[in-house]
Amino acid sequence: MELAIDIILLGFLIIVAIAVVKLRDLFASVILFGIYSLLSAAIFVTLDAVDVAFTEAAVGAGISSILILSTLALTSRNEKPSRHSIFLPLLVVIITGSTLVFGTLDMPAFADPDAPIHKHVAPRYIQDSYQEVGMPNIVTSVLASYRGYDTMGEVVVIFTAGVAVLLLLSSVRHKEDELSNLVDLKHHPILLYVTQILIPLILMFALYVQFHGDYGPGGGFQAGVIFAAGFILYSMIIGIDKVRETFTPKCLRWLAVTGVMLYIGVGIATLILGGEFLNYSVLAEDKLSGQHWGIFLVELGVGITVTATMLSLFLSFSEVRRTP
Amino acid sequence: MWETFILYSSYILLILGSFLSITFGLGLLRFPDFYSRTHAAGVADTLCAALIIFGLSLQSGFSLITLKLFLILLFLWFTSPTSSFTLASTAYRCGYGVKNKETGN
Repeated sequence: MELAIDIILLGFLIIVAIAVVKLRDLFASVILFGIYSLLSAAIFVTLDAVDVAFTEAAVGAGISSILILSTLALTSRNEKPSRHSIFLPLLVVIITGSTLVFGTLDMPAFADPDAPIHKHVAPRYIQDSYQEVGMPNIVTSVLASYRGYDTMGEVVVIFTAGVAVLLLLSSVRHKEDELSNLVDLKHHPILLYVTQILIPLILMFALYVQFHGDYGPGGGFQAGVIFAAGFILYSMIIGIDKVRETFTPKCLRWLAVTGVMLYIGVGIATLILGGEFLNYSVLAEDKLSGQHWGIFLVELGVGITVTATMLSLFLSFSEVRRTP
Repeated sequence: MWETFILYSSYILLILGSFLSITFGLGLLRFPDFYSRTHAAGVADTLCAALIIFGLSLQSGFSLITLKLFLILLFLWFTSPTSSFTLASTAYRCGYGVKNKETGN
């Protein structure tokens, strides 16, 4: 039964991928990308990787669709037909692909219980993480404590990507005409009303995901994305001006830096208190409550940075307008 | 006796929901114009989701899972009619597929 579900989902994934490549209409491609992410999220759920599925659904199907759509508003809707010959790219792709396939031949078989990944650290995570870190959700303790360096790198990557996009956009800033009232929302009182009901719930859910990540699926990345999505919904339906007034570019920059600095600051605090970098056990007298505090602060930093980066990307995309 | 009844009613609800999902999917493909397709998708979103979630909540009994399922259902009942309405209404205002009407746009 599970095999049938896997085959159907993977088959759909391939069909959607081919459709994305084939379509010239970029708008439809973006929507199909959202479906692709949702299908991958479903596959992750069948693999019992709920945290990854959550991230994929929130980031892939949720916010990246919005961000790519707002990018499309800056460019044209249809893909330009390419005038290159297809043979050289095809050759490169075939060579790279066959090298990759050749490389995977040495890898252990799928779900092989004797694979190094199941022998090396995974047993320790599964057996000892509750005594060492004290989190019911192993994924959170791996992500924020055992692999705190990697997560710090991810936060810095998100921050850097946000800064890079802002730098690129700041050089092409034309403010031609105000298109923000393109859709006259007076015709959509239902939409306005439902949005007003939903936004507080979305923000509350984001906070739940942020602070409940120790016990269930969730954490800073998903919470940050959901939080930003709430504000993006507000700016799309109710009005972008108020969001701009609240989150000025300066404020967003400060928030993004604050998140990263909070993360690194926790690491430096552990150094000062005599532990290794990002070894949270020294943060309190009790080892487990030290871990708890460390993970709480680190996840908070991740959430703040992700929210600020996503919001500033959306706001700057909607600020730059295409020249007529 | 009671458990069997609950189990079978949940099966009936799940099968009915899945069947209607497939039917509306077929409608989405086969209906002639944009508005009837939107109608099919909107009905599928609300009715089939409700049937499937009721079926699942019968299986889970009275627990936190039931509450979460009903919260999901509530969210769907808020969002999916709104989105289908907005889609159809925006299409209508942009004059999509209403050529034979003498509105002038």
